[in-house]
Amino acid sequence: MKQEIINAHIIDPDSGFNDISNLYIDEKTIAHIGKTPPESFHADHTIDAAGQWLFPGLIDLSAYLREPGQEFKASIESEALAAVSAGITQLYYMPEPETSIDNMPMVNLIMKRARAEKKVRVNVIGAITQGLKGKQLTNMGGLKYAGCTGVSNQRQPFSNTRTLRMAMDYAATYNLPLFLHPIDHALVGNGCVHEGPVATRMGLPGIPVAAETTAIAQIIALIEELDVPVHLCRLSAASSVTLVRTAKQRGLPVTADVAAHQLFLTEMDISDFNPLCHVQPPLRNQRDLEALRQGVADGTIDAICSDHQPHEIDAKLAPFQQTEPGISAFETLLPLIVRLSEEGSMPLDQAIASVTIRPAEITGSQQGRLQVGRKADFTLFDNQDFWQLRASDLVSQGKNTPFEGWSFSGKSSKTFIQGKCVFDRTSTS
Amino acid sequence: MTNPDLLPGPLPSSLQLTKEGHLKHFLTVEGLPPLMLEEILNRAEQFVTLPNKTQRKAPLLRGKTVVNLFFENSTRTRTTFELAAQRLSADIINLDIRTSATAKGESLLDTIRNLEAMNVDMFVVRHQHSGAAHFIARYCAPYISVINAGDGRHAHPTQAMLDMLTIRQFKGTFAPLKVAIVGDILHSRVARSQIHALTTLCTGEVRVIGPRTLIPTGIEQMGVNVFHDLHAGLDDVDVIIMLRLQKERMQHALLPSAHEFYKRYGLTEEGLRYAKPKAIVMHPGPSNRGVEIDSKVADGPQSVILPQVTNGIAIRMAIMSMTMGSQSGKSS
Repeated sequence: MKQEIINAHIIDPDSGFNDISNLYIDEKTIAHIGKTPPESFHADHTIDAAGQWLFPGLIDLSAYLREPGQEFKASIESEALAAVSAGITQLYYMPEPETSIDNMPMVNLIMKRARAEKKVRVNVIGAITQGLKGKQLTNMGGLKYAGCTGVSNQRQPFSNTRTLRMAMDYAATYNLPLFLHPIDHALVGNGCVHEGPVATRMGLPGIPVAAETTAIAQIIALIEELDVPVHLCRLSAASSVTLVRTAKQRGLPVTADVAAHQLFLTEMDISDFNPLCHVQPPLRNQRDLEALRQGVADGTIDAICSDHQPHEIDAKLAPFQQTEPGISAFETLLPLIVRLSEEGSMPLDQAIASVTIRPAEITGSQQGRLQVGRKADFTLFDNQDFWQLRASDLVSQGKNTPFEGWSFSGKSSKTFIQGKCVFDRTSTS
Repeated sequence: MTNPDLLPGPLPSSLQLTKEGHLKHFLTVEGLPPLMLEEILNRAEQFVTLPNKTQRKAPLLRGKTVVNLFFENSTRTRTTFELAAQRLSADIINLDIRTSATAKGESLLDTIRNLEAMNVDMFVVRHQHSGAAHFIARYCAPYISVINAGDGRHAHPTQAMLDMLTIRQFKGTFAPLKVAIVGDILHSRVARSQIHALTTLCTGEVRVIGPRTLIPTGIEQMGVNVFHDLHAGLDDVDVIIMLRLQKERMQHALLPSAHEFYKRYGLTEEGLRYAKPKAIVMHPGPSNRGVEIDSKVADGPQSVILPQVTNGIAIRMAIMSMTMGSQSGKSS
């Protein structure tokens, strides 16, 4: 089937294309981008996207889909739909202690379930140690063979620095992208919020910034010695950005991401013991928020991810410390990215790059760009569709969002993967 | 059971007042108007009784049921709440949570819902996690009052108010006073509530004294001056409040030894000489003699530790009657 999307404002940060134009699709791939169709192209189907933006499909570097094992929180079915409804066409499924992806059958199971949904592209990040326990390495060669596109120990600790060093070195044997969460667990202790005046006033145990910076410094020292690329997951503090910036200036192969909510919320948002703002790493202060935005703007932070963590309602109904951290974040990712440019932190195409081409470059993905001959993964974004977020309206099974009541200037109207429309808002609502 | 919403709630300080400005819950001292604190103290004054006299029961809470919901050990606080409720003619139930359904895995919200179904009127809550009383107040039935008897490191407001009553009895007004709080500020809910109460009542100066490991970051923003030297900090103060040092602090590398703490921060007769001659010494209890306070000081003429306990009953009677007062006012 041949399709054409006409009169769309096409923004492709990779090529720098930013104009009102048409996109021509031949079966699964992009045939042409331009004001006139290529020769002998006769569209079977035409979509007039006048007044809408057309972005490459979003690539989300971190999502927890909870299946198998925690279907009371969410399922691959529910979250695959939520992802495409938010313009996300490719996501990285993170392992967690309840679903530690440390063996090939588990990888196969998740990929099979995800393929059956025929929605979002699910890439599986394998566990780097058995059961994420930080002691014994997994069969990373086998995990890669089964289809893992990276390895991580999630937020779980390594038993010692030697294990971390060996894990990094062994993963590099197979060129498996390494996703490391910089956390010094001894410094975190029982902490649950940023150590600072708000934590002091509320009597909540704090997590010092050093819990992140000492871990980053340690990882950077190992990168320097082993010369293996590492992706640092979820920066939260200004001094972390400085450390990564210096490492990049020295030419070390390090990349980093930040969760979108870290660019909009601070420790002040927990001052009513709001469990919806309980996240890891914790929300820090306004200066950290500004530094993180600056880090994205100057390229120190490569990517922005949702760090999607859907929860059942009971997970958040307890005194703050006893609630589970995390936000159901697919559906606020793109609206928040657009808001970054609306608030003047960076131009729109640069904000979009942090969720398309830049994560693609980190993981070696072929998507994240609009290029003739590549698979047609893209989303149409109606930037005149003003809406106010209501948690109960979220597509995701997890309704745990701290952005209740926030106003956004637009949302995805249609999402395409390999030229196929996998989400159409006009037909769902 | 209706599904509770997860919307951001009101701040603890605003949750505890009704629209008319009456006390509905008592969760924290923070944010309460100075007049409200004075009203609590004035009312408590009326309930203060003399020893060896027959205790007369006030009928203010007749027909009401109070549940002591203690998720953490306590003798003093629980007993004074119990006596306070009895002297107000309420029925009071003590729930020992360690042997109850919570120990079997029931969630806090379910425990609350079940007790609600037994038509109780007030929860007195102590919990090991900050914000627990606030959480219960937010999600319990609207006719129930919640009194915080200590939540994590956050607040212990009735303790702070009984301390204010004690200070007022011995010192009169707060404005000219210098008050020093000594010891483990980091883990102390009592200290946080005392600081809020003292600053709200316009105390001249509030100081906290302790080693750097036991002073939380940004405490200055609560309106206190920080001292790391005991003698410098006690210089010219009118009130000394010693905090309890828990033994497990030594295991978490916050302190080298109880002995060193006593040498540097324990209150002895010698240290007491740096304060004003008529300074009073307070301790929320239970005190560790020889760790944070010397027996000679604890039992000395300047100690007001036992009057604090007596005042505890009066303060709790005042607060219980005020929170239930806003109830009956609304329903009638």
